[in-house]
Amino acid sequence: MRAPLSWIKEFVEIPATITADQISDALIRVGFEVEEIITQGGDLTGPLVFGKVLTIEEITEFKKPIRYVGLDCGETETRYVICGATNFAVGDIVCVALPGAVLPGNFVIAARETYGKTSNGMICSGRELGISEDHAGIMTFAEGSVAIGSDAIEVLQINDVIFDIAVNPDRGYALSIRGVAREVAASLNLKYQDPIDSLRALTFEKTGTGVTAKIIDVDAASVFYLRTLDKFDQAAQTPIWMRRRIEKMGMRSISLVVDITNYVMLELGQPLHAFDADKISGGLSVKRAGTAQKFTTLDGQERTLDADDLMVWDDEKPLALAGTMGGLDSEITSTTSRIAVEAVRFNPVYVAKNSRRHKLSSEASRRLERSVDPSLAEFASARFVQLLTTLSTAQHVETVIDGEPRFAPVVKVDPAYVARTLNLDLSPSEIAEHLRSVGCDVNEATFEVDPPSWRSDLLQPADFVEEVARMVGYDKIPSILPPRPNHASLTPTQKRRRAIASMLASRGFAEVQTFPFTNQETIDSMGFVGERAATYKIANPMSEEFPLMRVHLVPGLIEVAQRNISRGAKDFAIFEMGSIFRSSQKLIPAISPELGKRPEQSIIDAITASVPPQAYHVAGLLVGKNEGNDWQGPARPYNWQDAIAYAQDILQLCNLNWSIKRSDFAPWHPGRCAELIVDGKAVAHAGELHPRIVAAYGLPERSAAFAVGLSALPETALVRPFTVGTMPAALQDIALIVDSTVAAGDVEDALRAGAGNLLESITLFDRYDKLGDGKISLAFSLVFRAQDRTLTGPEVAEAREAAVAEASKRTGAVLRAN
Amino acid sequence: MNPSEVKGWIEDAAKAFSAATNLDELKSARLAHVGDKAPVSLASRALGALSPDEKASAGKIIGEAKAELGRLLAEATAKLEAERDARVLLEEVVDITLPVQRSHRGGLHPISIIKNEVSDFFIEQGFSVEEGPELESGWLNFDALNIPADHPARTMQDTFYIEPVESGMVLRTQTSPVQIRSMLTKQPPIYVISPGRTFRADELDATHSPVFHQVEGLVVDKDITMAHLKGVLDNFARHMFGDAVTTRLRPSFFPFTEPSAEVDIFFNGRWIEWGGCGMINPKVLATCGIDTDTYSGFAFGMGLERTLMVRHGITDMHDIVEGDLRFTRQFGVGL
Repeated sequence: MRAPLSWIKEFVEIPATITADQISDALIRVGFEVEEIITQGGDLTGPLVFGKVLTIEEITEFKKPIRYVGLDCGETETRYVICGATNFAVGDIVCVALPGAVLPGNFVIAARETYGKTSNGMICSGRELGISEDHAGIMTFAEGSVAIGSDAIEVLQINDVIFDIAVNPDRGYALSIRGVAREVAASLNLKYQDPIDSLRALTFEKTGTGVTAKIIDVDAASVFYLRTLDKFDQAAQTPIWMRRRIEKMGMRSISLVVDITNYVMLELGQPLHAFDADKISGGLSVKRAGTAQKFTTLDGQERTLDADDLMVWDDEKPLALAGTMGGLDSEITSTTSRIAVEAVRFNPVYVAKNSRRHKLSSEASRRLERSVDPSLAEFASARFVQLLTTLSTAQHVETVIDGEPRFAPVVKVDPAYVARTLNLDLSPSEIAEHLRSVGCDVNEATFEVDPPSWRSDLLQPADFVEEVARMVGYDKIPSILPPRPNHASLTPTQKRRRAIASMLASRGFAEVQTFPFTNQETIDSMGFVGERAATYKIANPMSEEFPLMRVHLVPGLIEVAQRNISRGAKDFAIFEMGSIFRSSQKLIPAISPELGKRPEQSIIDAITASVPPQAYHVAGLLVGKNEGNDWQGPARPYNWQDAIAYAQDILQLCNLNWSIKRSDFAPWHPGRCAELIVDGKAVAHAGELHPRIVAAYGLPERSAAFAVGLSALPETALVRPFTVGTMPAALQDIALIVDSTVAAGDVEDALRAGAGNLLESITLFDRYDKLGDGKISLAFSLVFRAQDRTLTGPEVAEAREAAVAEASKRTGAVLRAN
Repeated sequence: MNPSEVKGWIEDAAKAFSAATNLDELKSARLAHVGDKAPVSLASRALGALSPDEKASAGKIIGEAKAELGRLLAEATAKLEAERDARVLLEEVVDITLPVQRSHRGGLHPISIIKNEVSDFFIEQGFSVEEGPELESGWLNFDALNIPADHPARTMQDTFYIEPVESGMVLRTQTSPVQIRSMLTKQPPIYVISPGRTFRADELDATHSPVFHQVEGLVVDKDITMAHLKGVLDNFARHMFGDAVTTRLRPSFFPFTEPSAEVDIFFNGRWIEWGGCGMINPKVLATCGIDTDTYSGFAFGMGLERTLMVRHGITDMHDIVEGDLRFTRQFGVGL
């Protein structure tokens, strides 16, 4: 919302000593963010005058059209200037900067020789004068609207300050000069003149029969003013002062009737719509679109109506998308002489829905969906009649009213609650005074507060607390720390996640965070099937390229890896932690209990249960070499062992026990993927990526990955350590021959089981696969120890034999002869 | 036993020991002066033949001479060994400026780091850290927060909806549903923060991302006032931006707070919008079953990307979301 200082001053007595910055600060203090202070004319000096175009000589020998223009600038002789624009004709009045003028950007105008002529000034566009961003070209004015030779800086009110203000959705009233001026006055404690006051006394004589108005859908609008005028003279022009104000607000002047509707809307905040009354069949009414299907709005777009769209109808057809945009068929044209102007206080929800359904946000809908002062339907339409009858030959015919304004109810506010909430020492009378300054009526005996007509948002005591705070100033509220609550700490799950991330980071992994979106092609290319491939679809994705929620972290890591490789990286490790979204449960229709009281526990439970579980994973991707090559020698490539080791390191960090088995599991190489199992549940997979995926995504060969389902991990039990003894250990090496298909993990498990409680640790220290005959040799080093005594030779030998026997029984292992 | 003769032996030995230039020469000198055939050894062996009186006095002289010779030998040995060690270690000198770090440089994502930093700060203040699902019920993400169905934030332009849309499931647009979940499951006093990932259908550009992070704070307790909100925010701002930072509250609008405010910080010479805050709207407390006569509370929320960008002078959101190793590695595991 823009607000020119010159216009604000019409309603607020602002002393000359108050600067634009002070006004801006005052607005910010009461909750209006000033996005820009635009100073117009500050860097412009004249002479700048109006001139009439007398002659145009087209010069054609240059690359672009050039005009040599003769001008009557109220001087004794015709003034000639060169101009590169062509959007004006003989007889038009234009704005001319004479030699000696300085335009914005320190552009000094001087008489000069150009294109073989002498140019004695410059014909200006709004942009060159710094008063518009309009690229349309030279500003032109109709004959009679301005005096030839007069000072254009004065007439165009160029010297002004325009505040560009952000208005929050609860403060629709400030989408008007009336509202902004009121806030400026309240914030600076200045005298405010409400423009409505001078309109209250207006009455218009009934001179005939006007168009009728009816609210049929009574929930959709409270009050409907329809004023009919006739005898409108089509030649009537928008006066320059009105045109300039509309332009300063960032809109364009269109025609007198449309300009007045916009002017009144900008001044007071009530959108108006003017119909060509001759195009109305019968009377106007407010009701839903129902079975009406097509409607063409003013912007020329044919729209398909929803049955629920709120429309303004005549007896036969819809004429306007209510509160949003008028229709092309009933718009004001150059032949209009009878005008019906509509001012309706629509229900904001209906306008908001109209606007959303048609993706059509207009100046009108922006105001109406934020709620408009219900008393304005009367006064704004009266202001329209006042202006149009003053500025043209139009005469009032009849005003028809349906419904009546509905105002927000009186609220009982406890002044002690207000003071307490703000932690300020405020007396009831001070609070009453602050509430009055925003327009409330306050009964100080009962503290019943009647909010002003333009504040439909003041409904509960807390709403009035904010008003008092705004007027006192948020900066007056003290800064105090709240009472210190009891001890808090991260949860075990949070600590675990942090520890894992720190471990990976300190081992050379860079953490990445990818968007959790994917697509079917990616899911298919990874080889995910069944419940591992099923996911939720976004109804309105950022791009059709990624409409699905991710089912796994590895594809995102691959994408990041590709990006890094394309930017020159070769060898690296990355990881990500985050949620995945497999559609483990069907979504049910939304449960929406009413607000303002706690829903039944069963309802709350049903709502939380309707949200599908979202597993939390960590995954890593290992690309290229495990270290950098350097003078110490070449590094080795990352391989499946690294990926499995990192997965195991994560489980170890969580102090969990796991078992391991080979798994054929996407997206890994079917022969090089380990599954890690905790409490009977597969919680992690790791190994070399499937060669098909590695090739498809252009990763270095043998790239490896791991993924651990962190939310599937059990909590770690409290550690109850045994006392570390000082007894000596007994070492035993065992070399076994097994079939090459036997998993080393199984052999180790068997040895561990057979060795019994005295076994302290077991390490595979050699694997020899050159025996031939489908056999391999596995050599283990076993450490035995008792906590309370030195083990005897026979004890150790017995444990060793039991270990070998178990391995032999489970895996067919035989001791290798030395 | 002539004491001057014994003194001569010691002087001879001392000369020989100090003349030795290496340990081998010292070994020869040792054999000559304290070995079996050395005069002192011979004299020692001859003691047995002396009378008890002579034995006593001569034994004392010989004993003292042996001790002195031992001391001289040890001294000479230590000196020569030190010389040898110095020579050998000098030969083993390497160029310790050679590059030796060849493992990859890892690091946490800066958003993780700042999330940890924020969490640690608030845990220290007694707040717990709560998390919630990213795919969330619309009732928890909107309705319960007093965001009615026709609020602009609920339109298709801002929110990612999940099919079927009748489910009301959304990708949470804020971490505020975690506040609702906290208030529905906990009894006051409630002191929580909820850092996490949030979603808005904004195009990715230099300052926006459709996927971003917030941290929100929530306090519900007896006698909580807007002054407490200010106190916590001031403290938080100083923690994140340094003691020189000042904060400013500006009246604003959020459906779930009343009064509402924007919180700005004055940092590096200008006012920067940092986040939103306010006293929890009594309607929201009532929906969560909290007695508004007894309890009041406040809430606040900030973007973590924004906090990071402001504090570290990051100008392009792409750096934060793209996962380029060159960017992430600059942060290490701390900021």
